Amino acid sequence: MAGLGSVCSRRLAGFVSLLLLVFVAVISASPDAATGANETLRRPSGHSLDDSHHPRNSSEHRKAFPVLAFNYEHVSKPFVISLWILLALLMKLGFHIIPRVSHIVPESCLLIFVGLLVGGVIKAMDQTPPVLDTKLFFLYLLPPIILDAGYFLPIRPFTENMGTILVFAVVGTLWNAFFIGGMMFAVCQIEAAQVGHVDLLSCLLFGSIISAVDPVAVLAVFEEIHINELLHILVFGESLLNDAVTVVLYHLFEEFAHEGTVTVGDALLGVVSFFVVSVGGVMVGVIYGVLGAFTSRFTSHSRVIEPLFVFLYSYMAYLSAEVFHLSGIMSLIACGVIMRPYVEANISHKSYTTIKYFLKMWSSVSETLIFIFLGVSTVEGPHNWNWIFVIFTLILCLLSRVLGVVGLTFIINKFRIIKLTKKDQFIVAYGGLRGAIAFSLGFLLTDTEKKDMFLTAIITVIFFTVFVQGMTIRPLVELLAVKKKKESKASINEEIHTQFLDHLLTGIEDICGHYGHHHWKDKLNRFNRTYVKKWLIAGDRSSEPQLISFYNKMEMKEAMMLVESGSAAKLPSLASAASLQNAQQRAPPKQRAIPSISKTREQEIRKILRANLQKTRQRLRSYSRHDLFSDPFEDSMSEIRFRKQRVQMERRMSHYLTVPANRQETPSARKVWFEPEHKVYTYDESESPRDGAALETLPDTVSLLSESPQRPDQSSRLRKRGDAEQSANAPDSQEEPQKLSRCFSDPGPKEEEEEEGEG
Amino acid sequence: MGSLQSSPSHQDYVDLAEKTGFSFEQISILHKRFKQLSHNEDKLRREHFGQITDLHANPIREQIVEAFFDRRNFYQEIEEPVSEISFENFLVVMSNFRPPSDNMSQEKLVKVRKEKLRFLFNMHDTDKDGTITLEEYRHVVEELLSYYEALETETARGIADAAMLEVASITRGHMEPDEFYEGITFEHFLKLLEGFDIESRMNIRFMNMDTTTLCFLTTYRGVKSWPFQLYFW
Repeated sequence: MAGLGSVCSRRLAGFVSLLLLVFVAVISASPDAATGANETLRRPSGHSLDDSHHPRNSSEHRKAFPVLAFNYEHVSKPFVISLWILLALLMKLGFHIIPRVSHIVPESCLLIFVGLLVGGVIKAMDQTPPVLDTKLFFLYLLPPIILDAGYFLPIRPFTENMGTILVFAVVGTLWNAFFIGGMMFAVCQIEAAQVGHVDLLSCLLFGSIISAVDPVAVLAVFEEIHINELLHILVFGESLLNDAVTVVLYHLFEEFAHEGTVTVGDALLGVVSFFVVSVGGVMVGVIYGVLGAFTSRFTSHSRVIEPLFVFLYSYMAYLSAEVFHLSGIMSLIACGVIMRPYVEANISHKSYTTIKYFLKMWSSVSETLIFIFLGVSTVEGPHNWNWIFVIFTLILCLLSRVLGVVGLTFIINKFRIIKLTKKDQFIVAYGGLRGAIAFSLGFLLTDTEKKDMFLTAIITVIFFTVFVQGMTIRPLVELLAVKKKKESKASINEEIHTQFLDHLLTGIEDICGHYGHHHWKDKLNRFNRTYVKKWLIAGDRSSEPQLISFYNKMEMKEAMMLVESGSAAKLPSLASAASLQNAQQRAPPKQRAIPSISKTREQEIRKILRANLQKTRQRLRSYSRHDLFSDPFEDSMSEIRFRKQRVQMERRMSHYLTVPANRQETPSARKVWFEPEHKVYTYDESESPRDGAALETLPDTVSLLSESPQRPDQSSRLRKRGDAEQSANAPDSQEEPQKLSRCFSDPGPKEEEEEEGEG
Repeated sequence: MGSLQSSPSHQDYVDLAEKTGFSFEQISILHKRFKQLSHNEDKLRREHFGQITDLHANPIREQIVEAFFDRRNFYQEIEEPVSEISFENFLVVMSNFRPPSDNMSQEKLVKVRKEKLRFLFNMHDTDKDGTITLEEYRHVVEELLSYYEALETETARGIADAAMLEVASITRGHMEPDEFYEGITFEHFLKLLEGFDIESRMNIRFMNMDTTTLCFLTTYRGVKSWPFQLYFW
């Protein structure tokens, strides 16, 4: 049965792909379709247009009114673009249906392969396939990927390893560029190669193009292998930060490739330019990031456009940096990093989800398109295959990467507490993939003669790194037993101790008397807390401690798991607390594995939970595109669940933490438990007197999100009111219904506000 | 305060280096700092720690200072609490923060890890009875949260309670309704922080080169007029 099913699905996938290929080829073969993104091929379709729109144009006899007309030119450009994107995504879909292939071959390889096929088909029909236009790439395809990476960049490992990353990015790339450039020049001097016309500067230019590790390729490959955080952030951070170096070197050598000579003064200017480009890029990003954070402070009344602010400010940061030839990538990263903590504190939960999913979606589409176009452009050419040049380029790339990493690690390890082992070095060196950025930069070259040769070499290197290195890195990681990403168990104790350690180490540094890493981090945090947060975060959320939000996040997860594991069998009737407690006794308190429940029950639970959206602060722990669907419950919270969880928690507490396990004590214990939320809420009184008053009298609170301010919460709570009142039909303890009704006794007019806000 | 040049003999350092694992340069630098803090006396007292202005902003400063005067960290068996410590004790406490050396075997790494966790445990266990009770843990959380002024103690209590429950569940598994969880013993503590790679996190960089002249300028001037250090930022 399974065999038949898999055979069928494979055949189906193959058939669908083939159909699409043919379709696309046919469309592309039609006269106007060969636009892609290269140039606007607006055929002078005057006469057909005139015919349909100006029937009285000429002195011809009167035509009958066309009931059905074919006017393709009108929509040709968007049509083809959409078709390409659709094809790319269907390909992506297809790969995951074919299970075996996707385990061995990384997606990027498959996509390039598809691109090759498509390009071949189009070329076979004698049409010009669309090429990876540089403008398209740099302005439309690259920013989403970089923004996605920057927005979800894990800050802690990044800043902890910042020195190492910078050394790899700057010094490593410089070394690569000069080594490859210089050695290639030596190679070009070999008579047999017949490339004696390539001068030193062109070689250096070539070296600078090919030396940079590409973030798109690294992301695509590393995401699937799940290595430990340190290595991931090292390679990935390097690929992001070397953009400044690449930009400077590229422009420098391109300028002077025309001149022919480089003076010392020019070299000095180049160095200065590097600092300007990198620091300037970061500053532009920071400015836009602060602007974005500030704007998000006022968006409480128009939640729907919140995500747009994030996207637009970031994109503007990128474009503004590009205007001045600063490093757009660094600007984008800086903007995302700066903006994120403040924006997340301000925006509603739905907006947060929207931002997350849109970023993942766009970056996914971009990446797919980039790889397919890479394949297509390869077929297109023009190529100038020169054996010696290409082979030597390949060898030199690998050699310089290895030498660079080993040499730099030797120096870096003297300054690191956690040294990089040989295995780490190998992975870092092996992970130096080249990608589409190199190709686009090569495409930008103006000198056609060398350009073809360079492009061929670049494409070869890209193919080699993506195919060979991309495919083999996973088995190598297994073979070398490199540490994989730790399954992060969200543990409140670990979080407490993380913070405890931070303060402890800062204190010890102070006692020792030297201003180290922890000291400055502590100062920065204090500055952030006292000044920046007050400006950029709306309301009282500015003083929310991290421990609280972490705790609430954890409780949420807890509660969800409890609902699923403990009371799944009884949930649809919204079981009484008693039955829940019975269920608790069966299931261990913190069971991480979620036992299987029947599908229908699961659907029901999910529907109920999802119907009661609440604002949460779920920090995305990983920035992998593939992890998105691992948290179906992330934004589902329900009052019922909280109630159950609280009942269960306080019951446990009364048992474990007080000496007698007396049931009579539970009400007081419950009070103790509930007061925190209540108390915390009271300092939010400034929000709205009505809400504050309602909560003051309330021993219970709606959510464990004690940090949430009233404003963004109103909407979600109000929405929940209807649902909760329906579903709160059979609570056991008599306190509960009181709490619920009082909880949701929000006055009516707010609802209109909420409606307006949503509209 | 110009007696920096009276460094003890090399021989003393050898013993200390043996015991704590610091290098000679590191020991001499720390000794300078010790003398600076203690105003050239031989023993350091609690009030000397009060001179360090940066420490005032630290939410857990009391625990940190206490840790220096905690006999358990000296590996000694004295019963009564100490009120002043010698340089050797200072160094022993500091040695808990040394990063593990590169070529350490697996058993040594485990030992180092245990020692660091032991230090942390001692910091939490203020009444020195070998278990961290709920009250003690609550205190820890409250201190951490006191960093953010706006919170009430009940919030901290709630978090500490949840943390204790987590420990209970990890170490004891499912408990019967009438069982009582006394507190976190050291074994439980070890188990709790299993996934926490403390051997690579609980480290600070001890200088090999003498950069205390830099610090000396700021802190020395600070000895005369402490507000200077605040302006430094």
